[in-house]
Amino acid sequence: MAEELPGTNVAAGAAAGDAYPAAGQALLRIEGVAKSFGTFRAVDGVSLDIRAGEFFALLGPSGCGKTTLLRMLAGFEAPDEGRILLGGKDIAQALPHERPINMMFQNYALFPHLSVRDNIAFGLKRAGMARAEISARVAEMVALVKLEGLEKRKPDQLSGGQRQRVALARALARRPQLLLLDEPLAALDKKLRENTQGELMELQRRLGMTFIIVTHDQEEAMTMASRIGVMKSGKLAQVAPPRELYEAPRSRWIAEFVGDINLFDAESRLRDGHRLVVGTRDAGPLVVAEPREPVGEARFSVAIRPEKVKLSRRGPVSEAGHEAAINRLDGVVADICYLGGTTTYKIKLDTGGMLQASVVNSARIDVDAYSLSQHVVAWFTPDDCVVLPS
Amino acid sequence: MSSRRIFARPARFAAIAPYVWMVLFFLVPFAFVLKISLSQTAIAQPPYEPVFDLTAGWEALRAAFAALSIDNFKLLGSDDIYVFAYVRSLTVAITATALLLLIGYPIAYGMARLPKRWQGVAMVLVIVPFWTSFLIRIYAWINILQHDGLLNQILLALHLVGQPVVWLSTDTAMYIGIVYSYLPFMILPLYATLAKMEPVLEEAASDLGARPWQVFWLVTFPLSLPGVGAGVLLCFIPIVGEFVIPDLLAGSNSLMIGQTLWLEFFTNKDWPVASAAAIALLVVLLVPLLLYERLQKRQLEQGR
Repeated sequence: MAEELPGTNVAAGAAAGDAYPAAGQALLRIEGVAKSFGTFRAVDGVSLDIRAGEFFALLGPSGCGKTTLLRMLAGFEAPDEGRILLGGKDIAQALPHERPINMMFQNYALFPHLSVRDNIAFGLKRAGMARAEISARVAEMVALVKLEGLEKRKPDQLSGGQRQRVALARALARRPQLLLLDEPLAALDKKLRENTQGELMELQRRLGMTFIIVTHDQEEAMTMASRIGVMKSGKLAQVAPPRELYEAPRSRWIAEFVGDINLFDAESRLRDGHRLVVGTRDAGPLVVAEPREPVGEARFSVAIRPEKVKLSRRGPVSEAGHEAAINRLDGVVADICYLGGTTTYKIKLDTGGMLQASVVNSARIDVDAYSLSQHVVAWFTPDDCVVLPS
Repeated sequence: MSSRRIFARPARFAAIAPYVWMVLFFLVPFAFVLKISLSQTAIAQPPYEPVFDLTAGWEALRAAFAALSIDNFKLLGSDDIYVFAYVRSLTVAITATALLLLIGYPIAYGMARLPKRWQGVAMVLVIVPFWTSFLIRIYAWINILQHDGLLNQILLALHLVGQPVVWLSTDTAMYIGIVYSYLPFMILPLYATLAKMEPVLEEAASDLGARPWQVFWLVTFPLSLPGVGAGVLLCFIPIVGEFVIPDLLAGSNSLMIGQTLWLEFFTNKDWPVASAAAIALLVVLLVPLLLYERLQKRQLEQGR
């Protein structure tokens, strides 16, 4: 039973936040965890601290090991190496039913033979709670996820969104120290997904719980999480808040995985004070801010996000713009992709390369919109460029 | 609308086919047996009377109908032989079905949890015995279980027994034969439901604090009930009427209803009593069938 582990507060009183460690402390410590299936190293030496009260996202393409890592936290897989410390206690080899951790499964895994009420009460009954307490807790959970009136329904009599709520209520009912969410919104349609994202964040803040979400959807991770761990081939490639991940990716791969980006390979470099003048084949010379960690002699690329690129017919308009916009690239519009809020232009540069620029459609009737084959000037500042090791 | 017209006719034929089958091969023979069960035995060809002769005219037919009686059914109730045979048949069927469920469930569960590519192999292994004639397999068991058979040789060689054990012509031998013969009928429907079940449901149960045995009792077993029902019926019903296995492997001091039927038909040549016994057996078997159907209907209604 869950009581075997210290710190479990399944049967704790009303205020949900009471028994949790103070926010900011490391609740979960993952130390050098590795897991292989046959010769395939699914998780390859991951170390990570999760703070109490944090909304953490594990982001990565399919097969990167994020789900395996989550399953090790839940106890469905035992790590080959490393330790998993929850509140200072190693739980790496503990069985799932012994952990004060609950999981919301992809596709929800609701028990089809049990009603909504019994699904939510399942974990409470296993914890040996008194009947009256179970009823009270179920009612509380039902209200929390707004499922009033559906308690007697079976899962197959619910809509996708309702099923998702039942799964959430069931996972939250035991008041776990840590809630794991495996692609929780993947089965919902776009509108519902966006609403649910907001609700999940609100819920997490209100309950003060620690959430770890696994997702392959970078927008979802960016929207919800306070920190994101990007996984690639079983390793953590970068752990950072969303903004840092987007604006200061640590590698070319991360920059390309998170959002869109223009990349130009550096062929030569020249230091000029705090700036580097980088020679590129596709975009000619580019002036960039010197990165915090000097690149030395290593190969690298210059990266610029499409929305940082400004377009005009004749180059920067204001005087100040002239000052900052040291990078000026001439080209013609090769492709226009209208997305509603923004339009993405693909510019064929005179130097030979392609450049993507994303422009906000700030006016409903835009007489100045660029047309195909039109000559344009693209410009951006040295600070908007990121230097990435190849 | 036009597409409906195109498909309507073949669809209607397809819907009628099972009823035609039922009338031709179940209801008509059933009517014959029912009629014979209401007749009296006679030393004649056929060995009962009255005989309906449609050419003899209306009066003769009326007389024939008037000659029908339920005496044979009264006999079934009054004679201990039949009551005992029914009770024994049900006891044997219930015991054997319980054994089959106990043995078949773990096998089916193990099969369903095998890697996909091994499941096919396991399935073939379950079905392979069907490639040999049923009778030959039962005779093989006689060989194994007899006084100096394989089983006794092994037991003696391992010094587990001092002298040969009497297996043949015991209830043990009969249960071995029944369980062996019917095991695939228990395993296959169980396997079908267990293989369909998502293993993630068991993980969810265990994540919510259920110990392994609770995971089984609260999730796996309830979800496999349709397979349990199908397997139990597939085994129970034919075992009640089983004739060959008890005849070859069990002792002759207590008979199952199938053996009693055989005796009435072929030894006593009392077709009417045998027919009455068969009809009574059918009624006995209808009870579990109707219960099962009721249960299924209730589950369907709950699911609505």
